[in-house]
Amino acid sequence: MEAEGQRSLALLDGSRLIAESCVRAGADAYVGYPITPASLVYSYASQRFPVILPAPDEITALQWMAGLASTGRLPVTATSFPGLALMVESINMAYMMELPMLIVLVQRLGPSTGTATAGAQDDLRFVHGLISGGYPVPTFCIGEIEDCWSLPPVALRTAVELRTPVVLLTSKEMVMTERSFELGKLGDIQRIEREYYEGAEPYRPYAADDAEAPRFLPVGDEGHQVRLTASTHDRLGILRHSTDEALANTRRLSAKVKAKTPALYDLEEKEGAKVLIVTYGITAGAAREAIQMLSEAGIAASLLVARTLVPIPDAYFTILERYPRVVFAEENLQGQFASMLFGERQREQVRIAGGIGHMVTPEQIAEEVSA
Amino acid sequence: MSDFLITPDFPYCKGCGHHLVARNTVRALETLERDPYDVVLVTDIGCHGIVDRNFATHTIHGLHGRSVALGSGITMGLQEGKEVIVFIGDGGATIGLQHLLEAARLNLDLTVVVHNNMLYGMTGGQPSGLTPCGFRTVITTEGSPYPHHNLCQLVHDAGAPYARRLLGRGDFSSELQEAFDVDGFALVEVLELCPSHGLKMNPELRLREMAEGLGYETGVWRGQDRRVFRLEPEESCPSLLTPDRIGGTDVRFSTSLQGRLSLVLGGSAGEGAQRAAELFAKAAMASGLHATKKGSYPVTVGVGFSTAEVIVSRDPILYHGIPHCDVAVITSRDGLEHNRERIEAMNQGTVWLDKSLEIPETGADVRVHDFRGHAGPRNAAIYSLLTFVGESGMIPTQALLTTVKESSIGEYLPDTLLKEFEQS
Repeated sequence: MEAEGQRSLALLDGSRLIAESCVRAGADAYVGYPITPASLVYSYASQRFPVILPAPDEITALQWMAGLASTGRLPVTATSFPGLALMVESINMAYMMELPMLIVLVQRLGPSTGTATAGAQDDLRFVHGLISGGYPVPTFCIGEIEDCWSLPPVALRTAVELRTPVVLLTSKEMVMTERSFELGKLGDIQRIEREYYEGAEPYRPYAADDAEAPRFLPVGDEGHQVRLTASTHDRLGILRHSTDEALANTRRLSAKVKAKTPALYDLEEKEGAKVLIVTYGITAGAAREAIQMLSEAGIAASLLVARTLVPIPDAYFTILERYPRVVFAEENLQGQFASMLFGERQREQVRIAGGIGHMVTPEQIAEEVSA
Repeated sequence: MSDFLITPDFPYCKGCGHHLVARNTVRALETLERDPYDVVLVTDIGCHGIVDRNFATHTIHGLHGRSVALGSGITMGLQEGKEVIVFIGDGGATIGLQHLLEAARLNLDLTVVVHNNMLYGMTGGQPSGLTPCGFRTVITTEGSPYPHHNLCQLVHDAGAPYARRLLGRGDFSSELQEAFDVDGFALVEVLELCPSHGLKMNPELRLREMAEGLGYETGVWRGQDRRVFRLEPEESCPSLLTPDRIGGTDVRFSTSLQGRLSLVLGGSAGEGAQRAAELFAKAAMASGLHATKKGSYPVTVGVGFSTAEVIVSRDPILYHGIPHCDVAVITSRDGLEHNRERIEAMNQGTVWLDKSLEIPETGADVRVHDFRGHAGPRNAAIYSLLTFVGESGMIPTQALLTTVKESSIGEYLPDTLLKEFEQS
């Protein structure tokens, strides 16, 4: 993107970039319910989105989004754990109906209402288990400020092409911290063009191959009947108990997400490194500083910054196998990503640099690498 | 068979009022000569909700209690001229009461048809919020002790232009037709008796007698004509990244600072600490440094502490936490208390402290100034940072002065305060 005006250095927060990026990518409705620390996204969205709708609660927000999505809109909201918790059943509905939408999840310190104004990386396991049956909701994670610009279009495109809700995971420290930033670094964003079913045959809303998303037609179409169903259903969208066709449709929901969600990550492997630091989100910056500190001390460590978190890309496992020791850097107490990749059983080769109430420091990560 | 139906065999128990709701809906739509593809039928969970397979309209089958909210989103997204009809039961209506009130308040263009058989039929006949006092259910075998919600009155009070309660008997298609014709929100509550549960538990009841005896008044609640919710024609909103919206910065100054400096500014809410810290960060940027700035304050943003954390650095800042600060600038009691631990932990660096405060135990140098007395509480934060910059020489004072003058603060900050630093 060309810098707008000559003064291209700006002090800005991630919220601004997320809102702007969403609109440029084609998101056209923002449904908001205020919650700290996601309200800043709402605030920017209100100045930028063509349609802004203040909802009376988070359940309504998600239902409005589903309704809007069914008519061909591409809606966005931002929330935090307490809001997401209210949205869960409706996200399941949208997942089953196969409606595209983006939920920006700004993490804060839990459990419960926790500390609204403290950042965290507390919700990955929750997002991982969002759908009854363990079906994956594509989840991307903002690691660096640049991701606030580049990931919303990926997330929205995934939502449209896979016909699914998508989660964009971030944290208070990313969306509310201001940083000096060169606007000239921002690349162009290509607007997502929607493709609708154009066949002459009667439209079958859920007709698709095994790992595909069905073609979309908005509700209210003049030429075809459109059916959407939250319950187990056949290809026509008719509720069925457990017919082969209906169960195949349900299996397809998982298959399409696993097959087609882009695997985004940044891998920096150092020659001779015996340790891999695995991180995501707000801790990525600390991990990069830790790598520098270690390097100055003559210790080589490799780095994996995960941007796709759900479904877990197969590549992560291949990378992990190359290292006798793995240090997970994530701002929570349970080592959530570590347990997603290695299971609950503690293993010798896995160490965790975590914690709550403050950002994980580069020193903490470096200590775990050297321990 | 009607153009509105794919199959006429409604999936309901014999004698259930849901048959009549479905048939009268079809009749009303036929009379109105609507095109099936101009109609969106949104159904809730419950016996009524399995009817969508019969309809040749667009059909959406959602969650329990949420169909009004889902229908709201649909009508928001559709062009004018489509008919959005929401079928819901009494259980769904009480779970989603807020959605009904909100749809009425906004005057969304949809019609809600409540299949009120006064209990949860699909799950075995439990009472709902619309079960009237004295009505027996499997859970309230002696009769429900509580009154029912008056749904029509509730949506009327919330601003619905039209609400009607009627007995689910015979031909009530003209009443439905009237509701469908309303421009804006309409609700029709159809009273029914569930043959499997309601009649079994209340065998002596007849619909009319029950309605009269248990306080279910039939009739119409007409509201005032109000503006119907329609999305405004889309206007192109300007980019959030235009210079006037973000206030870009040129590098116009230089500094000898090498490495990184972490500064904490601690003050009280409403005294401009966050804004002052932002200007300091911008002044550092104008001096060729990278900067991050974040705030910390209680959820009640109008009272208590307001701490800003700023890092300025020659190199890009990847990690922007401040476990140990180099400089603390404290302008108020709130600011001191919130940052006391980190000030006490300092074994080097400098603390710039307001004169009104006692000097905390710290290994840092402490410099005391009368920030509040001299500049007033409202300007204490920016004044303290000007003082810090002036005394430390960390960045040129002129860089901060220029940044302040170009900001909105520059308009009300007394010239005398700024002049102190221009002379320095």
